[in-house]
Amino acid sequence: MANNETAKTANAGFLKNLVKNQCFIPIAALLLLAVFNLIADPAFFKITLGYNSAGNPVLSGFLIDILNNGSELAILAIGMTLVTAASGGQDISVGAAIAIAGSVVLRVLCGTNARPETLQAPIIVAFLAACVVAMLFGAFNGVLVAYFKIQPMIATLILYTAGRSIAAWINNNELPVISAPEFAYFGNFIPGIPIPTPVFIAVACMIVIAIILKVTNLRLYTQAVGINQSSSKLNGLNPEMIKVLAFVILGLCVAVVGLIKVSRISSINYSVIAKDIEMDAILAVALGGNALSGGKFNMAASIIGAYVIQCLTTTLYKVGVSSTALPAYKAIVVILLVVVSAPTVREWFSTFTKKMKLKGEVA
Amino acid sequence: MKRKMAVLLTGAMVMATLAGCGGGDTAPAAETTAPAAEAEAPAAEEAPAEEEAPAAEEEAPAEEAEAEAPAASGETIKVGIINNDPNESGYRTANDKDLKATFTAENGYEASFAYSMKNDEQITAAQKFIQDGVDYLLLSAADTAGWDSVLMDAQDAGVRVILFDRTIDADESLYEASIVSDMDKEGETAVNWLADQGLENYNIIHLQGVMGSAAQEGRSGALQAKVDAEANWNLVTQQTAEWNAENAQQIVQSVISSGEEFNVIYAENDDMAKGAVAALDAANISHGVDKDVIVMGFDCNKWALEELLAGNWNYDGQCNPFQSSYIDEVIKTIESGGTVAEKTIIMDEKGFDAKTITQEDVDNYGI
Repeated sequence: MANNETAKTANAGFLKNLVKNQCFIPIAALLLLAVFNLIADPAFFKITLGYNSAGNPVLSGFLIDILNNGSELAILAIGMTLVTAASGGQDISVGAAIAIAGSVVLRVLCGTNARPETLQAPIIVAFLAACVVAMLFGAFNGVLVAYFKIQPMIATLILYTAGRSIAAWINNNELPVISAPEFAYFGNFIPGIPIPTPVFIAVACMIVIAIILKVTNLRLYTQAVGINQSSSKLNGLNPEMIKVLAFVILGLCVAVVGLIKVSRISSINYSVIAKDIEMDAILAVALGGNALSGGKFNMAASIIGAYVIQCLTTTLYKVGVSSTALPAYKAIVVILLVVVSAPTVREWFSTFTKKMKLKGEVA
Repeated sequence: MKRKMAVLLTGAMVMATLAGCGGGDTAPAAETTAPAAEAEAPAAEEAPAEEEAPAAEEEAPAEEAEAEAPAASGETIKVGIINNDPNESGYRTANDKDLKATFTAENGYEASFAYSMKNDEQITAAQKFIQDGVDYLLLSAADTAGWDSVLMDAQDAGVRVILFDRTIDADESLYEASIVSDMDKEGETAVNWLADQGLENYNIIHLQGVMGSAAQEGRSGALQAKVDAEANWNLVTQQTAEWNAENAQQIVQSVISSGEEFNVIYAENDDMAKGAVAALDAANISHGVDKDVIVMGFDCNKWALEELLAGNWNYDGQCNPFQSSYIDEVIKTIESGGTVAEKTIIMDEKGFDAKTITQEDVDNYGI
C-alpha cells in the first residue's frame, strides 16, 4: 500500500517535472504534428533511398525534408536565443544580413566576372570572408544596442532596411551564377553521402554551441546580463561586451546560413533570399518557451522550436492548403503554440494546478 | 574607456561608410544628374526664341493642353524618370539599364533619375521634377493610388506624363500614354504553348508568385481557366512560393515525397523554376526537351534562357522590361506635333521554346 503510494507520487513528480521542463512544449507540438500526419497519411514517415540525377545515393522523404530545410532556422535559433537572452530584444536584420553574407560568398568566388567558368578563390576563403563581414555587421548591431542603448529592434531596423541593397551593391547588382558542382555540396548532397549536407552543418553548429555553453561561462554571463544588467556589472561583468558578443555570435550563424542558402541554388536573389526568416527565428525562440524579454534561456528548446516551425511548413505544403489560406493556418497554429508556451501562461497554469491540488487535499 | 570609445567610433564610421556606399549606388546618381539638368536649362530656354515660329506651327494642331506647354522642343528634351529601386529584381535592373541607354545626351535627352519603392517618396520626387521644369515625367509608380493631385500639378505646369511598366488609378486625361505589359496575355501565350505540346494528360505543379501581384494574377488566371475548362488538365498542387527558389524547391520536394505523378512544372518566375528543377535533380526525375517533366518559367533571365538553350527547361515567357523604345516613340510623336493613337500601349512579349531558341535570342532578350 505504502509502496504504491510512493510510486504514485514519484510518477506525479516525474510528470510534473516533464511538464515543467522547457523542452516540453516544443516537443509536445512536434509530437502533435507527428500524430496529425500519422493519421492523415502514414506515408509521411516513409524514408526512401534513391539516386539523384548525378547518380549519387540520396535519402528522400518528408522527415528528411524537415531536417534538411529546418537546418538554417535551427542555426539561426542558436544566435537569436543568445541575443534575446542578453539584450532582451531581437535582431530583425538576420534576413538582410544573410543576403549580405551570401553576396560576399558569391563575390569572392566569382571575382569580377558574374558567371565564371572556374572558381576564382577557394570556397573556404569565401566563407571566411563572409564570416568576417557578417560578424562585423553583427558587431555594428551589438554596439548600437549595448553602447548607444538603442532598442534592439530599432537598432537592427537599420540593417533590415539597408541590408538587401548592400547585398546587391556588393555584386554590382548582377546575379552571379556558379556552375562549379562542388559549391553545391554545402546546400545539397556530397557525392556518396545520402544525408543532405545542411543537416551535418546544423549538427556541427549544435555541438559547437553545446561545448561552448558547457566549458565556458557564456551561459552564466549572458543570463546574468539579461536578468539584471546593473547587478551583473557590480559583480565584475562587462554587460556591454557580452551583448556585443551575442550579436557577433549571431553574425557567425548568419554567415553559415548565408553559405547554405546560396549553395542550395548556386545563385542569389537579393530581394527574396531568406525572406522573413527573422520572424521564424524569433518564433523559434518564443516556441522554446524563452522569455523574449531576456534572462534565462534554454538552447535546446529553441532549436527544437525551429524544427517545429519547419515541420509545420512542410505539413502545410503536404496537405496542400490553398495558397491564399496558408498564412492563416500557420498563424492559428503559431498563436496557439506561443500562447501555451508563454512563461506567464505556464506560471498561471502551475498555480492553477497547485490550487486544484490544495482543494483536493482539503476535500 | 578612451580606447574603447576610439574602437567604437572607428567601427561606427566604417559601418557608416559601408551603408553609405549601399545607398550611394542609387541616390547620388539622381543628385549628380540633377544639377547638370539645371545647368542646361538656360540653353533650352534660349533655343525656343530662335525657333519660335516653327515650334508654334508644329504645336498648333495638337491638343488644348499643349497651348500652355513651354515650347522646349529645342535641342534637348528634359525628362524626369521616376522608377522603382533597381535592386528590386533582375527585371528592374534591366529596365533601368534600358532607360539609361536610351535617354542619353546623344539621343537628345537630358535625363534625371529618382528611385524609390515608396509612393510618398516618388510623389516628392515628381514634385521636384515639376519644379525643375522637366518636359516629360516618366513614371513607374510604386502604388496605384494617390497620384491625382501631383499629376494635375504637372498638367498645370505643362509637364507631360508618360506611365511605364505600371498603371495608376487616375483619369486618362492626366497622362499621355501608358506603356505596360499585359500579364494576362503572358499567361495565355504560355498556356497556349503548353496546350500545343499535345500531352495526353497534364498533371501540373503550379508555383505561384506573391499572391495578389499583377504578374501572379495574370499568369495564374490563364492556367486556372484552362484547367477548369479541360478534363485532362489538372493541378497536382497549386501553392505560392512567393517568387522564392527555396520555397519552390520545398513544394516540389513535398510533391515528390508524396509520390504523386506530375509531368509539368508551371513556375511563375525563373527563380521558382530553378528551385523546382533542383528538387527534380535530387530525385533523379528527368526534365527538359523530350524528357519526363516539362519545365516552364517566366521573366527571361539570361541564365534561364541558357537553361533553355541547353534543353534543361522547355519554355520561358518574357516580361518585357525594355519600354524605353516605346517611350521614345511616344515622345517623338508628341514633339513632332502628332497625337498618340492609343493611351494604353501594350508591348510585344515573346515566349521562348527550348526547341527553337538561339544564342542570339539569349543575348538579345536575356535580362
